[in-house]
Amino acid sequence: MSLELTCPVMVASGCGGTGRELAGYTDLTTLGGFVTRSITVAPRPGGSHPRILETPSGLVHAVDLQNPGIDQFLALELPWLVQQGVRVFVSMVGRSLGEYAELARRLGRTPGIAGIEVNLSAPDATGGGVFDVREPFHAASVVAAVHRDLPRGLPVLAKLRSDLVRVAESARAVLEAGADAVVVGNALPAAMPDGRPAGLSGPAIRPLALRCLTEVLDASPEATVIASGGIMTVNDARAALDLGAVGVQIGTALLQDPTTAGRLVTGLGEDQA
Amino acid sequence: MNTTDRQDRGPLHVTGELLASRRIGAHHHLTVVAPGIAERFRPGTFVAVSTGAERLARRAFWIHRVKQTGGYGATLELVVEARGPGTAWLVRQPPGTKVELTGPLGRAFSLPQEPVSCVLVGEGYAAAPMFPLAERLRERDCSITLVVAGADEAHLLSALEARRSARAVTVVTGDGSVGQKGSVADVIGDVLTRARAAVVYAAGPAPTLHAVAVAAESAGAWSQVALERPLTCATGLCQGCAVPVAGEGGHARLVRACFDGPVFRGDRVVWDQLDGHGEAPR
Repeated sequence: MSLELTCPVMVASGCGGTGRELAGYTDLTTLGGFVTRSITVAPRPGGSHPRILETPSGLVHAVDLQNPGIDQFLALELPWLVQQGVRVFVSMVGRSLGEYAELARRLGRTPGIAGIEVNLSAPDATGGGVFDVREPFHAASVVAAVHRDLPRGLPVLAKLRSDLVRVAESARAVLEAGADAVVVGNALPAAMPDGRPAGLSGPAIRPLALRCLTEVLDASPEATVIASGGIMTVNDARAALDLGAVGVQIGTALLQDPTTAGRLVTGLGEDQA
Repeated sequence: MNTTDRQDRGPLHVTGELLASRRIGAHHHLTVVAPGIAERFRPGTFVAVSTGAERLARRAFWIHRVKQTGGYGATLELVVEARGPGTAWLVRQPPGTKVELTGPLGRAFSLPQEPVSCVLVGEGYAAAPMFPLAERLRERDCSITLVVAGADEAHLLSALEARRSARAVTVVTGDGSVGQKGSVADVIGDVLTRARAAVVYAAGPAPTLHAVAVAAESAGAWSQVALERPLTCATGLCQGCAVPVAGEGGHARLVRACFDGPVFRGDRVVWDQLDGHGEAPR
């Protein structure tokens, strides 16, 4: 079982809205995948304001996993994406292993999705009540719980934190637990000026994310790895692919220019032609 | 909201060109060639502008005017108050500078079906959309009363032009340098009564909009407020600009100022839950 991407460009979780907002700027069906914002069992209203601030070459954000919950998501957001023919990867996050398993059961019964992304790296989870996966062992138990409740053949992506010290070990652990690919990595843990836990994204973190990518590939040369973290241009994407990533996820770049994903699809397509 | 509608009238992301930049009082008026955006403009919509590669948040500006400029087709006039690094960069750029912009974004003001009495309130640079709105309302034979407000004379937008657009104009400044001294909240009740307003449209800081919404409620008028929230992407992707609105069963639900707004019915916004009146990236 492995992950086959029709195109290396994916939209990163939490940066593509519900899909409809982005569809006016980029043909979503040309993407290798559209990863939804992280879905939880119960709706989450999200954090207080300000939620997102600009920092030099970065964004610091404390949206705190705002999402409508699995019921509303399945009723109102997913059908449109499936109907359009978008390759949808549903991102999920839970407060316990039981919640991860419940989400996996619900999504495993849902037709039309291309895969699952397990969010093992929410940067603003401290105090958000999300299951603590800082230990690779815990990350692996989440992946095992999800894997057990999904039909065979539905790819599971594990999105890790760009934690240079633990990322290679975490990657090995989640791959052994049944993940088909790892995504390296999510926003870095940071803080808003008032001290609230937050994540830092954007080109400011790109060199660090790239180092995490090489650590994972060095330790697990056979692994299927998707690069994420500050990728803005075709050249940034090429650098990650040349190092051995099979795909790239685009996040912050879409917030500055909603046509970025489409431009990368075209630019990288020309490389292959 | 059907898909064709979005495709024909939805926002575009284009590389525009700065044609002119004029300083008027505390504001800069930028004329921008933005193919396609001008044609799709409706009052209340806005544009998002990128201000350099290292500044990732978009800067949002109200569209003040759309006009035909010889040789360039339709151009946009934006009103910018330079209050931060992004806007300071933008107003320094010489004519000819290429700018990435997206628009027209958001939900426009709804226009009344009948020729009714309308009060239009604009404070500071946010008065910008009130002038094209007044034009559209006049075409529908609505009678128009304008309230133009600002901290001082320099922050009053186009007060002279206001006198041409409206039957009655009230000018309010915080320091009393022109017109009445005070705030919109001080005058709006009287203005609504005198105009026998059926609808009030407003754009400005949230506390002003709140005051207008409350006054409209007691005067029995509908209110539509264009709410400016700190935002990042301006296109509905990031959930940075959540606004609580009254939902079913008395529970507030969160919508996005940039995508579901910026124009809201004043009586739908849950004003006391609109936390963190933080500054938008400027």
